[in-house]
Amino acid sequence: MGEINKTYDWDSGKGLREPVKTLEDKWKLVPSFLQVKGLVKQHIDSFNYFINVEIKKIVQANEKVFCDADPLFYIKYLNAYVGTPDLEEGFNITKPTTPHECRLRDMTYSAPITVDIEYIRGNQRVIKNKQLIGRMPLMLRSSNCVLTNKSDFELAQLNECPHDPGGYFIIRGQEKVILIQEQLSRNRMIVDEFKGAIQCQVTSSTHEKKTRTNVILKNGKYVLRHNALSDDIPIAVAFKAMGICSDQEIMQLIGTDDTTIKKMAPCIMDCHNLKIFTQNQALTYIGSKLKVKRFQSGGAKARSPVDEARDLLATTILAHVAVENYNFYVKAIYLALMVKRVINAETNKAAVDDPDYYGNKRMELAGSLLALMFEDLFKRFNWELKSIADKIIPKVKAAPFDVVKHMRPELIANGLFAAISTGNWTIKRFKMERHGVTQVLSRLSYISALGMMTRVNSQFEKTRKVSGPRSLQPSQWGMLCPSDTPEGEGCGLIKNLALMTHITTECSEEPIARLACNAGVEDVRLLGGEEINNPAVYIVFLNGNILGVSRQYKRLLKVFRMFRRRGLISAFVSIYPNHNQRTVYICSDGGRLCRPYIIVEKGYPLVQQSHINELNRGIRKFQDFLNDGLIEYLDVNEENDSHIATVEAEIDPYVTTHLEIEPFTILGVCAGLVPYPHHNQSPRNTYQCAMGKQAMGTIGYNQQNRIDSLMYNLVYPQCPMVKTRTIELTNFDKLPAGQNATVAVMSYSGYDIEDALILNRASIDRGYGRCLVYKNAKTTMKRYSNQTSDRILGPSRDATTGKVIRAHEILDSDGIASPGEMVENKQVLINKQMPPATINPVAQGQPQQVEYKDVPITYKGPVESYIEKVMVSSNSEDAFLIKILLRQTRVPEIGDKFSSRHGQKGVTGLIVQQEDMPFNDRGICPDMIMNPHGFPSRMTVGKTIELLAGKAGLMEGKFHYGTAFGGSKVHDVCRELEKHGYNYHGKDIFYSGLTGEPLEAYIYSGPVYYQKLKHMVQDKMHARARGPRAVLTRQPTEGRSRDGGLRLGEMERDCLIGYGASMLLLERLMLASDAFVADICASCGRLASRAWCHACRSSAGVSSVEMPYACKLLFQELASMNIVPKLTLKKYC
Amino acid sequence: MPKLEEKPRIFLEEFRLKNAPEDYGMADEKWSFKKFVKKFRIVIVRMNSEEMEFDLIGIQPAFANAFRRLMLSEVPSMAIEKVMIKNNTSIIQDEVLAHRLGLIPLKADPRLFEYRPEDATEGTEFNTLEFSLKVKCTNNKSQPKDSYRAEDLYENHSVYSSQIKWQPLGNQASIHKESDIGPVHGKILISKMRPGHELDLHLVAIKGIGKDHAKFSPVATASYRLLPDVTLTREVRGSEASLLQSCFSPGVINLDSEGRAYVQDARYDTCSRNVYRYDEIKDAVILSRIRDHFIFNVESVGAMPPEVIFVEAVKILKNKCKSFLDELNKFC
Repeated sequence: MGEINKTYDWDSGKGLREPVKTLEDKWKLVPSFLQVKGLVKQHIDSFNYFINVEIKKIVQANEKVFCDADPLFYIKYLNAYVGTPDLEEGFNITKPTTPHECRLRDMTYSAPITVDIEYIRGNQRVIKNKQLIGRMPLMLRSSNCVLTNKSDFELAQLNECPHDPGGYFIIRGQEKVILIQEQLSRNRMIVDEFKGAIQCQVTSSTHEKKTRTNVILKNGKYVLRHNALSDDIPIAVAFKAMGICSDQEIMQLIGTDDTTIKKMAPCIMDCHNLKIFTQNQALTYIGSKLKVKRFQSGGAKARSPVDEARDLLATTILAHVAVENYNFYVKAIYLALMVKRVINAETNKAAVDDPDYYGNKRMELAGSLLALMFEDLFKRFNWELKSIADKIIPKVKAAPFDVVKHMRPELIANGLFAAISTGNWTIKRFKMERHGVTQVLSRLSYISALGMMTRVNSQFEKTRKVSGPRSLQPSQWGMLCPSDTPEGEGCGLIKNLALMTHITTECSEEPIARLACNAGVEDVRLLGGEEINNPAVYIVFLNGNILGVSRQYKRLLKVFRMFRRRGLISAFVSIYPNHNQRTVYICSDGGRLCRPYIIVEKGYPLVQQSHINELNRGIRKFQDFLNDGLIEYLDVNEENDSHIATVEAEIDPYVTTHLEIEPFTILGVCAGLVPYPHHNQSPRNTYQCAMGKQAMGTIGYNQQNRIDSLMYNLVYPQCPMVKTRTIELTNFDKLPAGQNATVAVMSYSGYDIEDALILNRASIDRGYGRCLVYKNAKTTMKRYSNQTSDRILGPSRDATTGKVIRAHEILDSDGIASPGEMVENKQVLINKQMPPATINPVAQGQPQQVEYKDVPITYKGPVESYIEKVMVSSNSEDAFLIKILLRQTRVPEIGDKFSSRHGQKGVTGLIVQQEDMPFNDRGICPDMIMNPHGFPSRMTVGKTIELLAGKAGLMEGKFHYGTAFGGSKVHDVCRELEKHGYNYHGKDIFYSGLTGEPLEAYIYSGPVYYQKLKHMVQDKMHARARGPRAVLTRQPTEGRSRDGGLRLGEMERDCLIGYGASMLLLERLMLASDAFVADICASCGRLASRAWCHACRSSAGVSSVEMPYACKLLFQELASMNIVPKLTLKKYC
Repeated sequence: MPKLEEKPRIFLEEFRLKNAPEDYGMADEKWSFKKFVKKFRIVIVRMNSEEMEFDLIGIQPAFANAFRRLMLSEVPSMAIEKVMIKNNTSIIQDEVLAHRLGLIPLKADPRLFEYRPEDATEGTEFNTLEFSLKVKCTNNKSQPKDSYRAEDLYENHSVYSSQIKWQPLGNQASIHKESDIGPVHGKILISKMRPGHELDLHLVAIKGIGKDHAKFSPVATASYRLLPDVTLTREVRGSEASLLQSCFSPGVINLDSEGRAYVQDARYDTCSRNVYRYDEIKDAVILSRIRDHFIFNVESVGAMPPEVIFVEAVKILKNKCKSFLDELNKFC
């Protein structure tokens, strides 16, 4: 710092600059930020915007429905609302509901969508308010959810965990997340190189259309390419078709410097060769290149190709540039700019855009995806109304046609439910077909649920082997976590948001456009090409559209930033210049990644210690920092135009514009759990991000009230000894998943090779690693169309002894297993029966003594379970719903998987009695022994520091912090150890528990936070001697769940062949599998049946041959296709 | 390595523990009873009903370790082994509740009981203790106004080990005093409850050993360490002396009136070896431990006083030796 100051000393001519003081507790801004924003605020904000604003816009955009049969008839939507969550209990009766009720009863957490309509009934104009048109699945904790703005106590009353982030939906009892979708931003010019050719591409997207327009350099000429055109259009023709007929004007728009003229000359020539000079000629030319439409749309008004071409230019090509009254001037400027970009990119490779750059990406969230889906369904809903009206109005009827009676709310409701529950987003209008948009919320642990809410899914194809989109992009700094990505096919394509990332929602353009004009932006329509391309001016874009030009772009930037800091325009509007392109971009669209920064002015951060003190005292909130202009949000593009210091000491008074709030916020939720991640090799942090999601522990305060199909809980979860700030911010310390184990890093026996762990028996006896596994069994009692229904019978008794049969032992008198009972394999949980016929009506008068079919719900599994609870309720179809929650308590055993927080996983190799464990001077013996060979190659130095910090924390009775890029210093921690009489390096003298003599080496030991992962031996152990076979092939079944055989695979087979063990092969592949004695006729070589050859009509030559059943099957199948396989039999030996 | 004294030592070097050059471990030494009797001493340093520190001097590590191991895993004690759950409407799961109850130390003296045969279905008064725990949480009728503390709102919201009631079997009530049987500590939290929650349990305690389950171990821990020894090789004075002093536990190194360091008492040194961090004084000391001087620390769980546990361990070893000899003698 001192050095830097000196250099500025003579520069400024003043005395030494006072060094910038480090702000203490600056990190407290992060919890303050999360308090307002929450970890899943992106989802909730986006959904709120949809149900409160966008849905009204969509309804307004499609407000009128007309009918062909009656020109006077119309329906007009006046307004639309999304209500509060309720359940439909029977006809027209609704009851408010809670998310937890929906989870338990397999219902959908949704709210009615109502509209105010004005329509014609008979000859009257009728206004009807609050007409139900559908149901909207509600996002938990969105503005209309019952959980919003509730205190912890009220949440507890609703059976909801206060730490649950919300942001997901409940569809038919299943929790579903709409993942954040990442895609290239729309309405932006992107110059890229495709197969050596440079092109400028724009994906225009408006409410009506979504099209892609390209300007390509083809054979030294520039052409316009579009899907609606069968052929490329020379660029000069396109300009002429837009009414820019003079070549000079075209050149002025593109640029009049020598290189441009040289490059454009062939294009102009081309146009002359085609003999196109007027707009009409150009349009005729384009009209001839139109793709032939397969079928004409309804109106059937045949229009001339010229009209078609003009329309195409106006509405489809570069659709986002509005054309009024066929005045193409703005569009022509836009097209000229595209050409200019391509020309630039030819000479200057730096002008080629990077499609992986995050400034060019937009995140699509639940709100915008649902809006697309809703608009599609709403259009279909209206189309259906129209066709009903078309059909019914012409008929003469007693009562006037009332369209309200024909409204089917199920259409929109089921459409939305189905989309969310399957994850298939099919919108024909936009030719959109996406799968896997939603996923079931993983409730393995709290962190896995949270991690899922921050997941970003890339639209890029997973199978393609391109490294670009997968590699770490420098522009994702601070926005997306650099560590949290899966290994394998999704690597780099599935990402997670960082801690402080916010995703913008759309905000209105008009005030921004007005402000820009006031700040000196001149409307482009008033200017000629020469003026636009003047090197002194910057072209100003607003959300991809040309707004105008500015002569003083610096002033424009300043004015905008000032307005934003004052709160006069939305905090999420970004403005940034591009000096290469001489443009200024203003963005207010949704889906941009952004994040808050402290503003630095004149070398000093605006946030002062006094502000932080006020924050500590609770009289200042994050919003106040924004309102006072101390902190602002920067999106990726603007971030790259700023000079950001990571710490105060880095501030350069002449260039620095912003200061990072806290460096650890570049990591996400999952990576935030790792203590000292900055000391680890980076892949280890990535591994931990994947493993943290498999750790069992606590999933929420309401975990005991949930009936999930699979839930893992730890009996005694602990908060880690070495915490991080992120752990506190995400409440992981309140819902932990792991235990602090005293670890000795040493070798013990041979059972610790390859990362195996040695566990202490006594620790296990005292509850270490004990976990509860919950599973559920459920059934519904259906009612069938023929007035019959399922039934449940009490336990059956043995006819002779009168005792309840073993399978029914645990049943209560109502036929459902009673809570607290132990269930063993094959015992019945629910003694359900089904009527034999469910479709045909039962004949009248017949005695009601029908034979019911037994369809019991039985328990399967080698290890017994206990019944935790039984729930009897009804579901949305009014059928009885019975859910049984089963519980197992599991104690760690050999083969169970454990992992520390540093991507160091291992299975239990041996469980050792306490007395055999090594012990130190103080009588402490470790809970776990870890082999030191795990360290050198993994380079997880963070783990060794965690151990030290944990040990010191134990002595001091406090938690140490291992926050990324900070945390307790190793030296301080070691000093603490020293103070308490421990070795400075954390190594103690241990005695062998077996010989009683001291071990020769000093042992590095202390507490390390260990997670128990969900992979347990009990769920995987499998062996079989004989067992079930597949029906068709008679080969043993596959898989543990079907008690399948253990496959002798191809490679194993190769070994046996190589070795020449033919009899072993025969035994394994045939005798032990699907041996079959087939009768073969020796004379004709075909299969015979029962020692009788049908072909030869004799049994003379028939002999028995042992062959695989699959082989016999093959012969028969071939025979059925008119291929006759024949066997030649010979005497053997 | 200079030869210091007659006592067998292990030297604590900077990076490893090292035996004296001519020391090949005591396992190879020829054991003679006479020598042993001459050398062997037991010194009790500290003792109360729960914890005891004593020295075994002049014994082989195999013996010392055997005592430690026996105390941990083979000296029997009583613990709850079976829990009959008649009713449990609390949120704690049956298995977890049973596990927690098992870990509660009981006061009953295991020497007064027999092992329960493995095939026995019913316990007798000689091998079984039975308890009951019946608690129901209710709303406190006379709750004070404006209090949200659980202890004001509810009755029995926390179940403690003191609520476990002994149910004497047969003649047990006349043999044992009630105060000698129940849990050692009354303040062990078993479960927390809310109104409507109820526990009705029948607990069966038997005699067992730590090898089978840690709950039967009569000690919280029993371990030993070797007696540390610190020798100064040269005179250390002034700032170096105080630095040296700070490298050891308090009371190990003292300074005389002239500021010279001398070893006062190395017994309670933690052997942290932090001297080796300072190059200027690391040559001034030799750290070592006496290999046949074991400082035992036995922490009883509460059923038996620590000295009894040790004696029990010795008895078990004696019996083991006896049965081993008997087996050997059978064949010769």
